[in-house]
Amino acid sequence: MAHETEHPESWRSPAGILPPLIAAVLFGLFLQAVPEISGGGTLRFALPWVPSLGTELAFLIDGLSLTFALLISGIGVLVMLFAARYMAGHPQHGRFSLYLTSFMMAMLGLVLADDLISLFVFWELTTLTSYLLIGFTHTSAEARRAALQALLVTGTGGLAMLAGFLVIGSVTGTTELSAIRAQGDILRASPLYLPILVLILAGAFTKSAQVPFHFWLPNAMAAPTPVSAYLHSATMVKGGVYLLARFWPSLSGTDAWFWSLMIAGGVTTVFASIISMRQTDLKQTLAYTTLMALGALVLFLAAPNPYAVTAAVTFLVIHSFYKAALFLVIGCVDHACGTRDARRLGGLWRAMPLTALAAALAAASMAGLPPFLGFIGKELLYKGALDTGVPETFTAFIFAASALMFAVAGIVALKPFWGSAANMPDLNRPLREAPWQMLAGPLVLGALGLFFGLQPALLQHVVVDPTVAAVSGMADYAKELHLWAGVNTALYLSGATYLVGLVLYLVHVPLRSALDGLGKRLMSFDRLWDGVLAGLRSLAGGVTAILQSGDLNRYLLTVFAVIAAGLGLTALRSGFDLGPISFGDVEIKYIAIFLLALLGTALAVATRSRIAAIAGLGAVGIGVALVFLLFGAPDLAITQLLVEMLVVVLFAVAALRLPLLDQKSVRFRPLHAALATFVGGLVTAILLAATSRPLDLRLTEFFEKASYPEAHGRNVVNVILVDFRAFDTFGEISVVTVAALAAVALLRQRRGGDRT
Amino acid sequence: MNSIILSTGAKIVVAILLVFSVFMLLRGHNAPGGGFIGGLIGASGFVLYTIACGTTEARVALRLKPETIAIIGLGIALLAGLSAAFFGEPLFTGQWLILGGGEDGKGLPLSTVLAFDIGVYLVVMGAILALVFALEEEI
Repeated sequence: MAHETEHPESWRSPAGILPPLIAAVLFGLFLQAVPEISGGGTLRFALPWVPSLGTELAFLIDGLSLTFALLISGIGVLVMLFAARYMAGHPQHGRFSLYLTSFMMAMLGLVLADDLISLFVFWELTTLTSYLLIGFTHTSAEARRAALQALLVTGTGGLAMLAGFLVIGSVTGTTELSAIRAQGDILRASPLYLPILVLILAGAFTKSAQVPFHFWLPNAMAAPTPVSAYLHSATMVKGGVYLLARFWPSLSGTDAWFWSLMIAGGVTTVFASIISMRQTDLKQTLAYTTLMALGALVLFLAAPNPYAVTAAVTFLVIHSFYKAALFLVIGCVDHACGTRDARRLGGLWRAMPLTALAAALAAASMAGLPPFLGFIGKELLYKGALDTGVPETFTAFIFAASALMFAVAGIVALKPFWGSAANMPDLNRPLREAPWQMLAGPLVLGALGLFFGLQPALLQHVVVDPTVAAVSGMADYAKELHLWAGVNTALYLSGATYLVGLVLYLVHVPLRSALDGLGKRLMSFDRLWDGVLAGLRSLAGGVTAILQSGDLNRYLLTVFAVIAAGLGLTALRSGFDLGPISFGDVEIKYIAIFLLALLGTALAVATRSRIAAIAGLGAVGIGVALVFLLFGAPDLAITQLLVEMLVVVLFAVAALRLPLLDQKSVRFRPLHAALATFVGGLVTAILLAATSRPLDLRLTEFFEKASYPEAHGRNVVNVILVDFRAFDTFGEISVVTVAALAAVALLRQRRGGDRT
Repeated sequence: MNSIILSTGAKIVVAILLVFSVFMLLRGHNAPGGGFIGGLIGASGFVLYTIACGTTEARVALRLKPETIAIIGLGIALLAGLSAAFFGEPLFTGQWLILGGGEDGKGLPLSTVLAFDIGVYLVVMGAILALVFALEEEI
């Protein structure tokens, strides 16, 4: 993106300055909470939201949420500063800043929420804002597809999670997270534990892109680089990990938890590490290493031992630092060179020394070199792996992943800056260092990896101890972070990792083509996804073709057949008691009305003229209206009469232009007659059966009694319509309006008119 | 339809029908009538006018587009329903103001319920006329 060349100063617009400012203020506020939280306390704010459901808008700051909040707002400051310059001059910079800031707010809400329903709402908000951000370049079909894919995958997972939340709520009787954490034993003993676990994991695994739901994350790289750096490395994708950590005290400790997390995490870790070696686009390479990191985090939340949890928490922080830094570095490189192709970039360190420094710092942490924080993290991962029930498997997963990460760190950070510049693209302008707004992020984040590597005690005190305490529910559960923990198995494993990683880096070019060949033969989840979507579309098309035939005859036939079947089956099951039928007290006026309706029916059935048929139906309608009138329902009678009249007018207008009644339908007349007779007979029988029993007059009595004192009206029908059931009426008049507007639009479209 | 008798007569009948429709609307709370019936009568009046004089004249006489009338009606009904919230009561609870009168209750009763019914009246009238006009003009 080369917007800045035209408007070097336009980042100083509100769209550029406000987002990092907001993030900085929030970061400052969260920093103030550090002493309280690292002292072992928690802070809670709550507002009633839907008190009748026991739902409140509650926020809790404990170690876990504070760590996430600091990462989100802190990395947010740097990413938004980067974005301010990266997007400066873009015609939709304001929109971008709005989306990014909304995303940050949603993410903060997600990690701070202390109520299942609030948590779900914020969860979905992050999904929606990420949809907008991935699809930001909405003119690109690829970006739109990636956005929709992310939305559908994570949205479906979110719905499963909501179902899980509701089951949890029904088991524990509360939606308050703090209270649920205290009820872990009840949840684990519940017969609904397995459904809960499956549903919650569905949410977490889709959000955190675990195999087989991983395919949306690499595609999400269609978003502008600051978005990839922020959402798809440091924040949103960690939402699933956050969820698992949040529910660690409530759901972990069972075999089901252990094996499902271990398998999902382990497979994701190794699979992603291998695939990342195959990529040539640096951003894609990093995207797959993000998958690897997410897999590792899930893997380590599987095991119920202090080393594993400490390792997971520490690695979470480390990963956020170096991954965001590397994404931003690649943004700078892309900005300067116009390409992210690993095969072409080389020798950039001369022109971009500061970017190279930032890349080196971040990559050293990623590769796990001492004295960087990544080294401490890797040692902890090994210790955690050795401490689990199945050390061999865990260690193998971590070893493979760490070695590959070492190689990837080299590919991403070493090769472009110090590698051969032979294939560099020919630029018509001198290579320049990125502006300071864009350099600040990677430099600060890279330096933090070194700083905390040298000062692990600070990180331990502020972040690791409180977070692990919050995850495990036990104080002092965390293991200590040491830069030098003495000569032990973990150290040997580290050494071996470097060796294997170095070899992998040296052979990465032939390895890449080998993996590429392999990858092409493997099943592609991405293509599978396309297949599923295409199948869904053709299914919908087929169903629509059957249901919406466009033939009015068939619609009516279907409707009445369903009515007949429904009523008939009900009547068969419950039986009829028609009661005594006597025609003794039938007055002459009723017989007259009956004859009118009968004649109308006969006319409607027999005639070939539409107008005559409509008039015949009108006569039936008037007969019905007269019945209403005679039995004391003047409102209904008036309405019926007016509607009949208007229907005749409306039909007449249309019918004048229509041909005579379709003779084709004659073939179906016996069928129509049979159905009509059956429905009519059935309804008559049901009415007779209903009137033979004593009427339940409770509602009538209530309305008669309440109508005047409570609603100041003596016309019960109208009082019901506009007062007692006004909301229903409102729904009905909305339907009337919408139906009229739709009909008008359809009629106009028919003529192809351009009237307004 | 070119009939002088119909078009002259229609103008008088339409006026009577419209007045009658408002009468039906207002009496609805205590006697047969109400917004739905009133709206139907009002629409019938304009339908008659349309048949007698054509849609162009009917549209002029109506001044507003029928779709607009329907949507205004929907808005009035919605506001009438929402207004209960300002009094701290559940939505669509009727609010009453009885002007004058004393213990016998014989004052001028004004209410959100009436406003709601006026909304219903406008929706019914607007929707039917929108449909009739479209049918007359487009087919």
